[in-house]
Order: sequence, then C-alpha cells, then structure tokens
Amino acid sequence: MTALLLELNALVLGLFIISTIAMTVTRQIGACMQIFIVQSLLLAASAFLLGAAPFSWHLFALGCVTVASKAVIIPWLLRRLVPGEIDRRRELSQAIDVPTTLLIALGLTFAGYAFAQHLVHAADNLSPGNISMGFAALLVGLLLLAVRIEAVPQLLGLLAMENAAFLAGIAIAPDFPLIAELAIAFDVPLLAFIVALLARIAYRSMGTTQVGGLASLKERQ
Amino acid sequence: MTQSIALNLLQIAFVLLLSPLFAGILARCKELVQSKRGPSIFQPYRDLRKLFGKDERISEDSSWIFRSAPYFVFIVPLIVTLLIPVLTDFPLFFAFAGDMVGAGFILAISGMFFTLAAIDGGNPYGAMGASRTRMVGFLAEPVIIIVLFTVSFVANSTIPYIVQQHWVHPIANFFAPSHVLLLIAFFMVLLAETGRLPVDNPSGHFELAMVDESKALEFSGRSAALIKYGGYMKFVVLSIVFLNVLTTPWGLATNGSPAGLALAIALVAVKILALIAVIVAVESSYAKLRLFRISEFLAAAFVVSVTAMITEILHL
Repeated sequence: MTALLLELNALVLGLFIISTIAMTVTRQIGACMQIFIVQSLLLAASAFLLGAAPFSWHLFALGCVTVASKAVIIPWLLRRLVPGEIDRRRELSQAIDVPTTLLIALGLTFAGYAFAQHLVHAADNLSPGNISMGFAALLVGLLLLAVRIEAVPQLLGLLAMENAAFLAGIAIAPDFPLIAELAIAFDVPLLAFIVALLARIAYRSMGTTQVGGLASLKERQ
Repeated sequence: MTQSIALNLLQIAFVLLLSPLFAGILARCKELVQSKRGPSIFQPYRDLRKLFGKDERISEDSSWIFRSAPYFVFIVPLIVTLLIPVLTDFPLFFAFAGDMVGAGFILAISGMFFTLAAIDGGNPYGAMGASRTRMVGFLAEPVIIIVLFTVSFVANSTIPYIVQQHWVHPIANFFAPSHVLLLIAFFMVLLAETGRLPVDNPSGHFELAMVDESKALEFSGRSAALIKYGGYMKFVVLSIVFLNVLTTPWGLATNGSPAGLALAIALVAVKILALIAVIVAVESSYAKLRLFRISEFLAAAFVVSVTAMITEILHL
C-alpha cells in the first residue's frame, strides 16, 4: 500500500517538474496561470499521497488549503483585479528569449538536483524525490521571477517558487505545525491580493505592468 | 522460426491494412469535435484506390530520385515494423536486426529521399516544405537521441523488446518521474514528426503555411498514393513505438496462439484509438505555431528529455 502510494507520488513529481518547464515555455499569461493551477493541484496530490500512508492530517490539511488558496482563490483574485493583463493581453514579455530561458532552466534543474543530494542524505525523510524536484523547481521559479517583466507573470513565478518550497517541505517535515498551514492559507492569497492591486494601479496609470518601467514613473501633468 | 516469420508478416499486415483506417478515424473525430460531420472513416481507403487508378505526371527535368522516393516512403515504415513489437511481446525473426536507433536511421532514409524528391520536382513550394521539414527534423533529432539515451540508461538496451519489459518489471519503473518526462518528450516529437497540429496543420490547404504537406504537391497518381499511404503507416509505426515500447507494454500476445493474437490485435487497436483521442484533444485545443515558434516547442521537448535523463542518472 505504502509502496504504491510512493510510486504514485513519483508520478506526481514527474508531472510537477513538467509543469514547471511548461510555465517557463508558455508565452500566454492565461495559459501560464492555468499551468500554475495544475501545478498547485499536483502539490496537493503529493501532499495527499504522502499523508495517506502513515496517516497525517497535517498533510491533508495542507493539501486542502493548497487547493482552496492556490487553485481557486488566487486565480479568481487575479482575474478579478487585473483582467486586462490576463485575458486581453495575450503574450507576456521576457527580459531574455524563451530558448535561452529554457537552457538556463535546464542548468538550474541540474544544479537543484545536485544541491538537493546533500539534503537528501542529511534528512531522514519519506520521499527523497520531493526534495530534489522541489529544489529544482524552486530555482526555476526564481528564474521566472527574474526574466518575466510584467507584474502578474512575476507573481506567478513567485507562487511557483512557493509551491516548490512546499513540495520539498512536505517530505522533510510531514508533521507541519498548524501555524505553517494557516500561514499559507492567509499569507499567500494576501500577497497575491497586494501584488495584483499594485499591478492594477500601475496598469491603470500606464497601460502596462512592466516593473522596469516603474523607475521612470512620473506625475501626469 | 517459421512461426516467427509468419508473425512478422502478420505485423506487416496489421500496419498495412489498418493504418488508413486509423487516419480516417483521426480525421473524423477531429471534425466531430468541431461540430462538423466530416468524411467517412473509410475515406482514406477510397482516396488511395482513386489515386492508384489515376495516371501519373512526372516532370521531364526530374531525376530518378523523384521517381524512386515514393517507394522509399512506402516501404520504410514496413521495414521498421519488422523491428518493433507490434503484436507480440517476445522477439520475432528480425527483432535483433536493428535497435531503436537503427529504426530511427531507417525512418530517416525515407525522410531524406522525400526531401530530395520535393526539391527535385522543381515546385517552389516543394523546396520550401523540404527546408521546413528539415528544420523540424534537425530540432527533433536531439530529443530523440536523448530519449534513447535515457531508455538505454533505464533498460541497459535499446532493443525495443527488451526495453518494453523494463517499464513493468518492477512496476515502480513505470511510475518513475523519468518515465513520465520521457513520454512527454517523445509525444511532443511524435506530434512534430508526423506533422500534427502545434507544429503543422495536416488539414491545411494553404501552401505557404504548409510544413510537411507541400512536399507531396508535385506527386500524382500512384506516387501520390504511395506517399499518402507511407504517411499513414509512419504515424501508426511511431504510435506503436510510443505505445508498445515506451508507454503501455501491456496487452501484447505472450505466445503465438490465434486467440492471443486476435486479442492483441484488438488491444493494440484500442491503444492506438486512445492515443488518437489524445491527439484530437491536442489538435482541437492548440493553434498552429508560427514557424519560428516551432523551435521553442522542440526546445521545450529537448529540455524535458534532458531532465528525464538527469533524473534517471541521479536515481530520483
């Protein structure tokens, strides 16, 4: 039973890393957000699978909170607050082109795996794959945060990093204190809310949310 | 040995007789999804019969390459059929004559002759299609090679009959992250190589936007029929490699009994139909990529395949 759950978890991990690469390669903001929803659901699936065998209601709670906040509330908030960015603008802009970003992402994945090897040996954990994949996805999320120019795709990169950190976290500490679950339940949607509000204001006054452009923001005469 | 050769012939018959049907089903399903009625699923057979019965026109300035290319395109998928497990999970007569790399090289022969013939015909669209197909081919090749590397890391072999056993013994291999990554990478290459939608629109009639189709514009009559037929068979052969060797090695005949073979034919057909359903879903939900975005699509496939290899090497 436990072996089957761990095997299914390995499958989920493979799909998780694919969703991370897919987020790197998509050019549409809407599609990027949908992949983020899928990624969050995969994180929740991993939490459910790891939480089922030696039963841990902490992991189940984490899965439920993830589904509620990242797959439902955050997409709803973003669509509500910055519809112009998500539905009307089709393509996002990047500081470097997609193939280069992909190559860097590949290098970061490799680096993430290599670093995580030490963590895997150090920690006594359920699923070593979670740590490696989580670490690799964390670095790729950081890359997304760096190369995406507009606010919403940057926010998605940040949230992808968050997902990755939790993917690694659930394998290291299956019995999370409740406070951590509450933190993501309130903190992350709130973060998305604030960034989306800022993006909304920037979009209204400039017609774009390119963060680099904020440096030259001036008072309208 | 006689049985083994007979089974090889049965595999060829399976690919030869059913490949137009699968093409017809794919076309019909796509039309149904788009709320149209679409042609009958037997339309490819009628098209082939019509083309085989027609006269052929060949440019006076074309060389022997133009005349021989259709035969290469037609025969090569059948040769590959001899090497791969189509219906049985035990090796047949030609099983060890070539591995998956060999099969890839053999498929490349038909691609090369078809490309040369398209340029040889003198039609400007042919040369354009040829250069575009080569571009897609060059970008797809590294992905295939890395996928094969990964396969050989997993199974210590690239003989398809040996590889397919490794995904299910032990079953943990089937769920390994590297397996999923490898499948996605190969599926993306499958779409690119068989001219399906995110890369090429198989039902497009606009010559300037064609990638694969425009190479066949100059062929008529029997040559056109052979090329069409070869295209249907290439799709089925690549699907079988994807399904029987890489994805789901279940449902194949374990011995040569007629009942087992009949069941295997039915199950393999069901698997191909399932793949067709997935392709219909992909084709109905994605628009064709602009020519210079194809490199991004295949770069993504490459990154996925390299990630699969790294994941496998590090035993994650």
